Amino acid sequence: MTPDPSKRPRLAPGCRLNEKSQPSRVLLMPERALRLNGPSLEIVERCDGTHTVGEIIADVQRLYSKAEPQKVEQDILEYLGRLHDQRALDFE
Amino acid sequence: MNAVIPNPLALIAELTHRCPLHCVYCSNPLELTARGRELSAETWARVFREAAELGVLQVDFTGGEPLARPDLVEIIRSARAAGLYASLISSGLPLDEKRLAELVAVGLDHFQLSFQGAEQNTAREFSGSNTHAQKLRVAGWVKRHHVALTLNFVVHRGNLHQLEDMIALTEKIEPGRVEFAHVQYYGWAFANRARLLPSRAQLEESLEILKSAEERLRGRIRVEFVVPDYFAKYPKPCMGGWGRKVLLIKPDGEVLPCHAASVLPGMALENVEQRPLGQIWSDSAAFQKYRGVEWMPELCRTCQRREQDFGGCRCQAFLLAQDAAATDPVCSLSPGRKIVDDILREANADSSAPALEAASVRDWIYRANPS
Repeated sequence: MTPDPSKRPRLAPGCRLNEKSQPSRVLLMPERALRLNGPSLEIVERCDGTHTVGEIIADVQRLYSKAEPQKVEQDILEYLGRLHDQRALDFE
Repeated sequence: MNAVIPNPLALIAELTHRCPLHCVYCSNPLELTARGRELSAETWARVFREAAELGVLQVDFTGGEPLARPDLVEIIRSARAAGLYASLISSGLPLDEKRLAELVAVGLDHFQLSFQGAEQNTAREFSGSNTHAQKLRVAGWVKRHHVALTLNFVVHRGNLHQLEDMIALTEKIEPGRVEFAHVQYYGWAFANRARLLPSRAQLEESLEILKSAEERLRGRIRVEFVVPDYFAKYPKPCMGGWGRKVLLIKPDGEVLPCHAASVLPGMALENVEQRPLGQIWSDSAAFQKYRGVEWMPELCRTCQRREQDFGGCRCQAFLLAQDAAATDPVCSLSPGRKIVDDILREANADSSAPALEAASVRDWIYRANPS
């Protein structure tokens, strides 16, 4: 699915980031774990039910201003859609 | 061995071998650990800290039935304090909503609830207990408390005819995830194999149903399934390879690379009461025994798939070919494949489900309880 930019993604029950003090950041979920690097961590940290998809895209475009904005938008929509299909995200 | 030893990612914690159910396909060994030998909550807390230091991210609490431990709340609290993700793999009893709320309050992340079928009749036949109604109640509580819920249907010849009903029940409950796990043949399941193993026709029909459910439910419920490896061309990379990703601790503290390895002859198992977990993982004889490729028979060592399936499963090689260091007989290249083919020939000859009747109950070997 492609997420609606006005919706607010929130991590689904049982899906959470490990603690900041740990050496690498990981999205923990039932029976799996996803290692997060720069942009994916920025995205997942904002999936807390307060930011809209559009706001997350704008934030990441600002943080990665050297990257092509349209490509960033497309990548984020795909990434959020994939997390949703894995039942790691709900949209509110 | 010169290769770098990888970090384990998951710890399977068998808290007890006691269980109110008697499932005919239980993955516990036939020789169960007595209650008096179970580790204390305090020792488990130390083990969780050592596991986290070793790189473990998730702990799966299982048994037996982990809810049979009166100190489970304490145990889950300490796993979370160590920074681990806490999953409970449970039959859903003994439990009431108040106790579930306590488990959630200390940080339970994920509740995996097992089912023996879509109805009470299969629950009674395959677990020797009347527990289906309780499971439905538990599923409702777990959802109400906003914890991840996985339904786990164990499927086999005796309940595949209910598969569509199991999917309908799943849609009604609407968990985040559902697992349809074909029985794997170890422990009690190996003892009951002749009555559990489906025919190829039954297996293929079940896979079609599951694939279409997976497609239809995408985005709503994550559907996953495990196929019985006897039907495969190549063996499964058991546990992701011996001593590579997962470790298991028995109720008494013995550390194993998998659920079944205590059946293997000559395994010098070490115990967390005697040595830190990190040392047991990295240099104990049991974990080194089948790690990497050096131990492999020529056939596996020179095979292109050696880093894909790691020679398959040691316990299966022992159970089927009486040689733990042989190529997994499931492998179509294995000299032992004939053993599997003979078993399949018998299973394929008949595609009927055994009748769910009191008369047939006498033929099952039900899982016992430890002293």
